[in-house]
Amino acid sequence: MTDITPSGIDQAIDDGTGAEQAALFPIDTPTMAALHDRLAALAADRGMLDIAYRTIDTPVGPLLLAATETGLVRVAYERQDFDTVLESLAQKISPRILAAPRRLDPVAVEFDAYFAGRRQAFDVPLDYALSSGFRQLVQRYLPHIEYGHTQSYKEVAESVGNPKAVRAVGTACATNPLPVVVPCHRVLRTDGSLGGYIGGLAAKTTLLNLEGAA
Amino acid sequence: MKLPFEQVVGRHGETVLRVCRAVLGPGADADDAWSETFLAALKSWPELPEDTNVEAWLVRVAGRKAIDITRVRARQAIPTEELPERPATVGNPGGDEYGVWAAVSALPPRQRLAIAYHYLGGLPHAETAEIIGGSPATVRRAAADGIKSLRKTYHAGEHTKGAPR
Repeated sequence: MTDITPSGIDQAIDDGTGAEQAALFPIDTPTMAALHDRLAALAADRGMLDIAYRTIDTPVGPLLLAATETGLVRVAYERQDFDTVLESLAQKISPRILAAPRRLDPVAVEFDAYFAGRRQAFDVPLDYALSSGFRQLVQRYLPHIEYGHTQSYKEVAESVGNPKAVRAVGTACATNPLPVVVPCHRVLRTDGSLGGYIGGLAAKTTLLNLEGAA
Repeated sequence: MKLPFEQVVGRHGETVLRVCRAVLGPGADADDAWSETFLAALKSWPELPEDTNVEAWLVRVAGRKAIDITRVRARQAIPTEELPERPATVGNPGGDEYGVWAAVSALPPRQRLAIAYHYLGGLPHAETAEIIGGSPATVRRAAADGIKSLRKTYHAGEHTKGAPR
């Protein structure tokens, strides 16, 4: 029955840091998870949860979804590194960030439907706080390109009233904080080639195939 | 650079819960103290000076929240030597697979508190003394005596699974 004695209690009689003693005083994972969930709920109730996030699995890999009280503020691909994305949100918006899947449930449901081919546009409120100026203008325009259709960077530049700003449209797409929802994947080169994509060209192809546009 | 608060909970959540459990016993009071600690920390997080020792800061906040809860409990309940056995509100009720929290609860109060803030919370003897009273030297002794006593409990083989409640 020696296995149920927390190991190392003999070595722990003198000074030490909390971390060193951790193993002697076990806290089980479900308890921490339940406390975390309750914290997220209480923080939201008290208006202190500035950014809630969760991850979802999709045909284009895991996606990070983050929302402010205004709306969905960030969608990120795994290749962008979720920790880096969250740290960037802490800098640019607020470090009051917690994993809080429930606040993202309505968004996750729409993503599921989109990837199942049952939804063509997203209805959730969006927060464009991470972009400004011409980039935001372009990003707000992109949802007007219909599901299953594509436009060239040049056509987008014309549509937003600045036909010479083709490169700036490319930058606006490359810095889109809300990929998939703001469909920068529907913007191609004039010759029909893919151009670039935040999620990688394979992801862009997958989305266009899903929409029957490729 | 201020990190996402999620990382603070991930890094320090367990330590703070150990402190809360040692001070208040494993159960709903400790869970409440933990929640109030992290809510207070979340509120202050954006303005917290960059060079703060985050864990020590959290342990001090947890100490204040635990005292608040102890006061509320004292107003509500008949004074008793023993910590009440309110069931935990979340997770595995009690979460005391090894009976270690029951053993901590059974220690004399000063030993228990010295273990909470110094041994589990990592605060220096002097700072622990500021919270629980006495001198750094008596804190050192109380912590050492408490750990010795816990060790004796384990070696006496009283730590069967589903420890006495």
